[in-house]
Amino acid sequence: MSDTIEKVSIIISKGSLEGIYPGLIMANGARMEGIESNVFFTFFGLDAINSAKHEHVKVATVGNPGLHLATWAGGVPGVSALVTHQLAHEMEKLDIPPIPEFVELIADSGAGLYACKASVDLFKLGREDFIPQVKDIITVGEFYGLAGGGQIVFT
Amino acid sequence: MSTVQLAGRSVEVDAEGFLLHADQWDEQMAGEIARENGIQTLTDRHMQVVEFMRGTYLETGSAPSIRSLGKTSGVPIKELYELFPKGPAKLAAKIGGIPKPRGCI
Repeated sequence: MSDTIEKVSIIISKGSLEGIYPGLIMANGARMEGIESNVFFTFFGLDAINSAKHEHVKVATVGNPGLHLATWAGGVPGVSALVTHQLAHEMEKLDIPPIPEFVELIADSGAGLYACKASVDLFKLGREDFIPQVKDIITVGEFYGLAGGGQIVFT
Repeated sequence: MSTVQLAGRSVEVDAEGFLLHADQWDEQMAGEIARENGIQTLTDRHMQVVEFMRGTYLETGSAPSIRSLGKTSGVPIKELYELFPKGPAKLAAKIGGIPKPRGCI
């Protein structure tokens, strides 16, 4: 095996802000290094490419020990929106784009964006629910076919 | 760190071939570095990106992110990757004689 990475396929499976960004950053970072890259969105990760939802992705403030916030406080109405707003503000300072812009940037960089068929069927979604940059809705088998010859990263 | 000959002059580069001192660079080196990195001919569009990278670095002390490269260099993201398939920010920095960008975005 070569000691350099030539290709990655990144799976984004979670629908919270902190669940989506790491995979996007890794996909974009791969393209920036000239590494071929695919992104496969599954389960709630589909929200990142859902045109009605991708502007409204929030930080999970309940059940997220990393925030060091009491569980009851995380559940107070508006707290998730507030934390999301603060984090988005900090990210903008670091020139990290909001999710819709970031996904478009990654597509423009030549990465392939794919939606998971099982999840699309489960949530009763269709091609029309996704942003136009999504190349296809594919099965797990087709994903493995696309990922051939590269590394797979699950997030 | 090592010393290499570019456009007839000795310059210091890091392990990946990025110039260590931006002031040792001149435009004649650009074409030579580009050819070594798989870009045979530097067009005006290539140079627009290279000059934007170098200008931003010299002005602010750090290279621009891929996002601001796409937004403010005048060359959109898709074209950036067509011009520099092996990584626009990285290659334009190398060709423009500035250190390797350390940003994640």
